Amino acid sequence: MDRLIYLDHAATTATRPEVVEAMLPYFTESFGNPSSVYGFSNKSKDAIATARDTIAKSLNADSKDIYFTAGGSESDNWALKETARVYKDKGRHIITSAIEHHAILHTCEFLEKEGFEVTYVGVDENGIIKMDELKAAIRPDTILISVMFANNEIGTIQPIKEIGALAKENGILFHTDAVQAYGQLPIDVNELNIDMLSASGHKLNGPKGIGFLYIRKGIKIRNLIHGGGQERARRAGTENVPGIVGLGKAVEIAVDTMNERTAKEIELRDYLVERVLAEIPYTRLNGDRFNRLPNNANFSFQFIEGESLLIMLDMAGICGSSGSACTSGSLDPSHVLLGIGLPHEIAHGSLRLTLGDENTKEEIDYVIENLKEIVQKLRNMSPLYEDYMRTNNR
Amino acid sequence: MYSEKVMDHFQNPRNVGEIENASGVGTVGNAKCGDIMRIYFDIDENQVIRDVKFKTFGCGAAVATSSMATELVKGKTIYEALEVTNKAVMDALDGLPPVKVHCSLLAEEAIHAALWDYAEKNGIKIEGLEKPKSDISEHEEEEEY
Repeated sequence: MDRLIYLDHAATTATRPEVVEAMLPYFTESFGNPSSVYGFSNKSKDAIATARDTIAKSLNADSKDIYFTAGGSESDNWALKETARVYKDKGRHIITSAIEHHAILHTCEFLEKEGFEVTYVGVDENGIIKMDELKAAIRPDTILISVMFANNEIGTIQPIKEIGALAKENGILFHTDAVQAYGQLPIDVNELNIDMLSASGHKLNGPKGIGFLYIRKGIKIRNLIHGGGQERARRAGTENVPGIVGLGKAVEIAVDTMNERTAKEIELRDYLVERVLAEIPYTRLNGDRFNRLPNNANFSFQFIEGESLLIMLDMAGICGSSGSACTSGSLDPSHVLLGIGLPHEIAHGSLRLTLGDENTKEEIDYVIENLKEIVQKLRNMSPLYEDYMRTNNR
Repeated sequence: MYSEKVMDHFQNPRNVGEIENASGVGTVGNAKCGDIMRIYFDIDENQVIRDVKFKTFGCGAAVATSSMATELVKGKTIYEALEVTNKAVMDALDGLPPVKVHCSLLAEEAIHAALWDYAEKNGIKIEGLEKPKSDISEHEEEEEY
């Protein structure tokens, strides 16, 4: 089986050839340290400035408010830990959602150990944050709300504008982890009242190991990484110039192609979802049917377990992912799937397929045909299916 | 992640199925944890396991350990089957990743549970066999999608 159908774009994406090409000169030719005095380093300095402008423009933000980091996790850690430490005199209460990425959840757990209080607001059956619970959670000592733009597992898009307005009304900082959404959805930090935003390069056909944190002017934040005076003395360390250039180029392309690309992905996603739900019985779609990322489909197949499914798909040359416990290395299935109220056994049988630019209808047809066979094969092996069939044929 | 033998037993599992009017059936694990194994024995009058089938809900390792366990007990007497430990199953599969060792324990328990069922049905006591501790949980929710 030589075929490879990559449907795990939420995990990572290929770096575009144009992006690699843009990066290459900054390894071998214009390798100067941007902090150096001599003219040779100006190319590095200018390249960073250009990338920063491109990114700022994509968010309707000020270039001075974009800070490069090593990726989404660093941005999330920085945003939460280092604003919490500054604003702790105002209060020690933070609000987030129950279905955040672990970069947020584990940072919140860390902050709890440091004496902060965190409220984890629940979501409805489609994964949309409960706005009434969020409103009710606000207290005089609430300093920060952090809610992801769109969920990495089930693709649900959150009511960011409403949350931003609510935070502003109450004088609370608002951070959003936009790692999955950035490049797929238009984002205007002013319109949405976003104070801080995390993003990552490798989710939008940029390189790995580079990301940024948008920090609105006036927000007090301490350094996570101490050292030299890079990034306006807020994030130390010699800049990852090729990475920054690559990120800038990836963002430029993502913005230019967004409408066309996402329209095509939505069409393909809907085709996949409709066929799977119609042709494979005892299957559900996880997340909101329409209010979801253009490239995300997440299913639960009753009576089977996700890791088995992934291995069999892999043997057919198909790359996907699952929220099953066996794929997470713990006994519990994904907190996101449990968060939307799925029973454990249904959560174990989940499959996430995330599309990219290069996927075709023909590939999706191949995936569906294989999926039908594999699901049936695993069900024929499953005692749960046997019991169900016996009970229902009685 | 998995040895070639594990992959082989996962891709081509031996003895998948059910046995009508089985001499003994054992089901262990629970759906909440993501693993359920069921083993069926057809045991003859000489207490030899004439046929064995299994069904498993679980990961690749769970399927492979079930398959290997059935291979190891087929044609054996019930006392020989009782000697098939989780370690024997793991060794026969050329090992398992540490997080998957519990799958081999489940296979051992499934054999014991099926033997226990056989003993109960026939009103006999199998020396050295204890009542299996792990048992399938009730299906509190039979939701359909």
